Amino acid sequence: MSDDAVNPEEVRHVAALARIDLEDAEVDRFADQFADILEYFETLDSVPEVERDVDLANVMRPDEEHDCLDSEDALRNAPESEDGYFKGPNVS
Amino acid sequence: MSENIFITEAEIAGDAEGPLAGKTVAVKDNISTDGVRTTCGSRMLEEYVPPYDATVVSRVKDAGATIVGKANMDEFGMGTTTETSYFGPTDNPAAPGHVPGGSSGGSAAAVAAGEADLALGSDTGGSVRCPAAFCGVVGIKPTYGLVSRYGLVAYANSLEQIGPFAPTVEEAAELLDVIAGSDERDATTRTEGDDSNYAAAADGDVDGLSIGVPTELLEGADEGVVETFWDAIARLEDQGATTHEVSLPSVEHAVEAYYVIAMSEASSNLARFDGVRYGHSGGYDGNWNETFGRAREEGFGDEVKRRILLGTYALSAGYHDKYYKKAQDARAWVKQDFDEALSEADVLASPTMPVPPFELGESLDDPLQMYLADANTVPVNLADLPAISVPAGEADGLPVGLQLVGPAFGEKRLIRAGSALA
Amino acid sequence: MTAQTVQQGDLVTVIGLEVHVQLETNTKIFCSCPTEPADEPNENVCPVCLGLPGALPVLNEAAVEAAVKVGKAIDADIPEETRFHRKNYYYPDLPKNFQITQYDEPICADGELEISVEGERRTVAIERAHLEEDPGSLQHVGGGIDTADYTLVDYNRAGVPLMEIVTAPDFRSPSEVRAFLADLEEVLEYLGVFDAGRDGSLRVDANLSIIPAEETNGDGTIDEEALAAANRTEVKNISSHKGAEKALAYEETRQKNAIQRGRAVEQETRHWDESRGITVSMRSKEEEKDYRYFEEADLPPLRVSDWKEEIAIPELPTARRERFQVEYDLSEEAASKLTSTKQVADFYEDVASEFDPDLAATWVADELLGELNYRDMEITDVEDRLGEVNRLVELVATDEITAKNAREAVLRGMLDDGDEPDTIVEREGLGKTGEDEVQQAVVEAIDENPDAVADYHAGEGGAINFLVGQVMQKTGGSADPGDVNQLLRAELEE
Repeated sequence: MSDDAVNPEEVRHVAALARIDLEDAEVDRFADQFADILEYFETLDSVPEVERDVDLANVMRPDEEHDCLDSEDALRNAPESEDGYFKGPNVS
Repeated sequence: MSENIFITEAEIAGDAEGPLAGKTVAVKDNISTDGVRTTCGSRMLEEYVPPYDATVVSRVKDAGATIVGKANMDEFGMGTTTETSYFGPTDNPAAPGHVPGGSSGGSAAAVAAGEADLALGSDTGGSVRCPAAFCGVVGIKPTYGLVSRYGLVAYANSLEQIGPFAPTVEEAAELLDVIAGSDERDATTRTEGDDSNYAAAADGDVDGLSIGVPTELLEGADEGVVETFWDAIARLEDQGATTHEVSLPSVEHAVEAYYVIAMSEASSNLARFDGVRYGHSGGYDGNWNETFGRAREEGFGDEVKRRILLGTYALSAGYHDKYYKKAQDARAWVKQDFDEALSEADVLASPTMPVPPFELGESLDDPLQMYLADANTVPVNLADLPAISVPAGEADGLPVGLQLVGPAFGEKRLIRAGSALA
Repeated sequence: MTAQTVQQGDLVTVIGLEVHVQLETNTKIFCSCPTEPADEPNENVCPVCLGLPGALPVLNEAAVEAAVKVGKAIDADIPEETRFHRKNYYYPDLPKNFQITQYDEPICADGELEISVEGERRTVAIERAHLEEDPGSLQHVGGGIDTADYTLVDYNRAGVPLMEIVTAPDFRSPSEVRAFLADLEEVLEYLGVFDAGRDGSLRVDANLSIIPAEETNGDGTIDEEALAAANRTEVKNISSHKGAEKALAYEETRQKNAIQRGRAVEQETRHWDESRGITVSMRSKEEEKDYRYFEEADLPPLRVSDWKEEIAIPELPTARRERFQVEYDLSEEAASKLTSTKQVADFYEDVASEFDPDLAATWVADELLGELNYRDMEITDVEDRLGEVNRLVELVATDEITAKNAREAVLRGMLDDGDEPDTIVEREGLGKTGEDEVQQAVVEAIDENPDAVADYHAGEGGAINFLVGQVMQKTGGSADPGDVNQLLRAELEE
């Protein structure tokens, strides 16, 4: 699939979208593997358009309050917290 | 326990009374247990302790069972061998030196080794049936919507269901009776499993049962596996069942459709692991793009990264229609094919896995080859249908499973038919 | 906009809005945590709205009902089937790093809202309105959004139901935007789905571009191609009507200056810094094409088009205003005041049904709203005391107390001290004195002041005033001076 092969730039782009840092070596290895896998996925091209029917709809709950988590439980798994807040990275 | 079956051993006592009183249950480590860590086989969640129970866990406890541990699994359910676990591979008690199958390998191994009477796994593309087949035990993948997914850490949420493992079909059905039924916390659950009595259907009566054998699911299967499969079919015929060939032309595309959908959903489902609320942290140096990228690089293993990246790719602008949308068409087509085949047969039968268990370490190199091993199981998830894997015998001393597929909410029929073999 | 002579170099401002409003429900859109503002951070959270692994969303029926009401109010289509999608992007306020929203099948499509801009009626096209979940809120520690060391994250707000209302690029000035937001809020409050008083209940993203006037069509509409060709900025972090007008005026000037100096306007996202009164360039999260929308399989689709018939909505402000003018014979100004909120209008109608509509209008629009306004209060602050106000109007209508006392002593006492009207009347002895008592005082005053009587008969004008003063004194000021005057004259002429 030479015309459509995945280049390392594309791997870097999706890795950025997915927030996964990759080493250069990983980028190259993934690029090779993705070329094989995506070529295999290409066979979907020959699938006809098929109508889907959905038999489940309108599943809703009443607007009634239930107990929340204790703040302590909510924060227990946070790597870091401060004054009842989760500590997150800056967004600059 | 040399097999490395559990990631975390525990003793979570259930009610004193109930249909499972006195039974021990192993729970796959992607099913949330209040106060007991739930790692999904990942470094990312090495220290994550859920503050709530999954619905199935509450139901198992209410039924009187004791949970004895959180079973090993492929990281986030992504694998067919349990070797992608951050906590190391699990040996197959029924075939030492071989993989137990995946991704619910620890659950199947726990039952095969007698470490637990019963086990819970999850099946996204065969993750209950494959390890059941490889470990020589029974595993059931319920109809989508029969069992609540609340508390099951999502890999591919439109495809997966929690299902039971047991040494026999009847025991597996007893556990299914406990976990089946609608749940107000899972909007995709249905009422068909409310007040079920699947165990009562395990009477082994296959007289007059019409079995369709999809030719496509025998193509490319290992010779020894095919032989064992037909032997098991012969035993069913001896008890009054009839067989005929059916065709499922769409399944040619099932593996690629499955992987496109599963990876796409995974790329979104696993986005939440950024190290702020829980999980491995990327620290606070740099902005959120940098710290999230670091947390996820360090927290996820190779197979998980591969699927997240491919899923991100398949959903991204310019490729969405080519991959994701086409995969949805293929999924609808597979559903139609199954409906048609099941209009001419009571159940469909095939080998669960086209191959016997791999040797440990044999198969990690080529991801695509691994994906192809799921050819017989993934079509069932695409079609939202129920299936059961029962031990069919052995090929060269290794366990082989027989898969039966039924119509939506046709669990009783599968349990009746499967109980003729185990 | 009326057609004008277009001159070379003239610039036209084009603005479109994405208005996010919090819908008033008891619980969040996908879980049963309360939407009420909490005292402590991360108090109203559960596995679902924290995005804990394994948690699943279940849709709140009340949020869908509210959306259908909005759809009816803006005369939108509610399609046969609508569904939820995931919008995928990373940000620390987003518990799952995707937002459950609606993409190509929104619950409301093709609506419109009639607004009033400087007395003129205008229709703004609303392209769509959809349901989604609110993210959490961030505090930037150690600096502003662009300089902080880290953030503190509170997920109390995460999962509060939002409706995003997307307008066509129909605005030509920041003041039009302000007028639209005011009218939109009024409608939403009438529907009972929105609380403008809640902090953060309204957030606006605005797209603003400047295009050459010669590229507008004769009827003031903008050619789509011309609009696409112009670079636009998306201004975020606007949270009030006034803020919208200020932010967009700033942005309009900034862009016009750039163009007039021959510099290009960059297509970018800008953050409105309310305290500094400027917009600043903001590092974008993802761009639209990177959101990778796909169906949310955890939520079955909605088929609620028939709810449009089943769910009733109240009469909306514009219609009610017009009806008040006709039915109660009110001026436009009075009708406007009396329909400013649904609670005011409902209360007015309640009072007008029992007493003279004119008197009711004076007491609700002028006296009550005036005194409330003076105290920085809203009618909702005295919601449970409207019965007492009604009683006060009754006291005036039945002539039991004077209008002056009603206003100055009773109403103010009610609002300042929390007393009931009858208590105040009794305590202060404000009840108008009975006729017999006044009559008796009149007779006494005449008997005791023969000189004044003589002066009266001699035609001295001041004498009657002296006698009125005497009677008022005898009745402790509770008699009506006009009445006293008449009674005296009648007695003296006999």
